[in-house]
Amino acid sequence: MSDKPLAAVEYLKIPNDGEPYLEGYKCGDCSATFLGERSVCSKCGARDQMSAVTLPNTGKLYSYSIVYRSFPGIEVPYVSAIVDLDDGTAIKGNLINVDPDPDSISFDMPVEVVYADALGRKDADGNAYLSYFFQPAATA
Amino acid sequence: MTDAYIVGVDMIKFGRFPDKTVPQIGAQAALMALDDCGLTIQDMQALYCGNLGQASGMVGQRMLQEIGQTGIPVVNVANACATGATAFREAWASVKAGLYDCVLAVGVEQMGKGLLGGAGAKVGIPKEGLLGSGTMPAVFAEAGMEHARKYGTTFEQFAKVSVKNHHHSTLNPKAMYQIETPLDEVMNAEMISYPNTKLMCSVNVDGSAAAVICSEKKAKELGLMNRAIKVRASVLASDPWQERDLVMPDVNSCTRKAAAEAYEMAGVGPDDINLIELHDCFATAEILHYENLGICKDGEAGRLIDDGEVALGGRIPVNVSGGLLSKGHPLGATGIANIYEVSTHLRGEAGGRQVEGAKIGLTHVIGLGSACAIHVLEKAG
Ligand SMILES: [Zn+2]
Repeated sequence: MSDKPLAAVEYLKIPNDGEPYLEGYKCGDCSATFLGERSVCSKCGARDQMSAVTLPNTGKLYSYSIVYRSFPGIEVPYVSAIVDLDDGTAIKGNLINVDPDPDSISFDMPVEVVYADALGRKDADGNAYLSYFFQPAATA
Repeated sequence: MTDAYIVGVDMIKFGRFPDKTVPQIGAQAALMALDDCGLTIQDMQALYCGNLGQASGMVGQRMLQEIGQTGIPVVNVANACATGATAFREAWASVKAGLYDCVLAVGVEQMGKGLLGGAGAKVGIPKEGLLGSGTMPAVFAEAGMEHARKYGTTFEQFAKVSVKNHHHSTLNPKAMYQIETPLDEVMNAEMISYPNTKLMCSVNVDGSAAAVICSEKKAKELGLMNRAIKVRASVLASDPWQERDLVMPDVNSCTRKAAAEAYEMAGVGPDDINLIELHDCFATAEILHYENLGICKDGEAGRLIDDGEVALGGRIPVNVSGGLLSKGHPLGATGIANIYEVSTHLRGEAGGRQVEGAKIGLTHVIGLGSACAIHVLEKAG
């Protein structure tokens, strides 16, 4: 068992020193950005033009659904959100710290990426996981 | 290339048949389609069989074990919710190419109850409810909310789709349900994934549908042109790259691409289409496809449902069968069941739900992943 949390997804990076971050891969030919590592661009087909980029921790809500029925054992309701990060990368996750009510959620609302324990979920070996969430951006 | 014609087509009444096997359910529709044109399994030169749930289970061959093992080539097809339409298209292509002049296409599915979507994790921890939702109602809710952000489409407008399709199904004896669902009932039903309530989600049912496809020469030789349906276009598309499609399956660009190619192949435009059976897996999805199929301008889909243009008796009736929302959605059968519905109208045999004077119809299915199939059909003669 790991003595520190593992990453819930491959594109969430946890450095030994420093803050966790999301990693994308950007195409050197067409600039399309993808979550996670890849070697070929599915937008333009370029090979071996991909380089790792650190994704921004801020973005805007693009679309969402409020989920009331999920698989057994999954706590509902929760907000399933599609977010456009500030560099244009699209990412999906839970929008937290907001009322699960359409009146409390608006398209293009600024959100920030926060990193936290993966809702207490552990794997078969008992490892804990770190995941990412979106929350309404703190207003300055 | 020869033209290809549907000479026989039928579907079973959709329902739940836990005591039957998948090949048995498929065999029923196969025999009905053969009977529809008075042919036998001995007349079929190939079988294209669509099924998703047992994609590795040689369903086509096992179905022939039920109805006649003539030794013909069998192609088993799986392509998400476009499975049945893809099997039909492979059958059509084999006739167009001159490989065969009389073939059978079958779509069949036996469904469990409950939610469809990405479930448990093979490694690590489950992601459902942690990184958003991969359930189908949520994915299509997010697609609908994209329309809402662009055009202000309302929960009520999405719900009206379900009211319409449930109403249509009261006129279709082969639909799973024949029950009216007024607007308040749809909107107040259990919320599954906002804005899709339970009555705005397609019904998981068992079902099968089948079609016999002939070359023009063969159909004439057999004296079957009388009720034959000409396949004017058959198009299959996968999803072209879109900026969000890795986190938000894109049902729009895939459908738009297939629609443009289908209209070009058929030599017709959206204004020439008299009825449409489209992929209303969720009420939110139907709204998107009015625009994707070009029956209204972008941003007008909400008005289309408000004004009743897409209801039976309206300008361009959509899903008069009851659609996936009420007729039911046996994944592998759906694409051929749609073709049965449109063919039945073109033949003038649709009874109480007949779209009067229908000359040309269009069928559309889309499977996430993604695969979109569109067929444009016309009465022969
Ligand atoms: Zn590229």
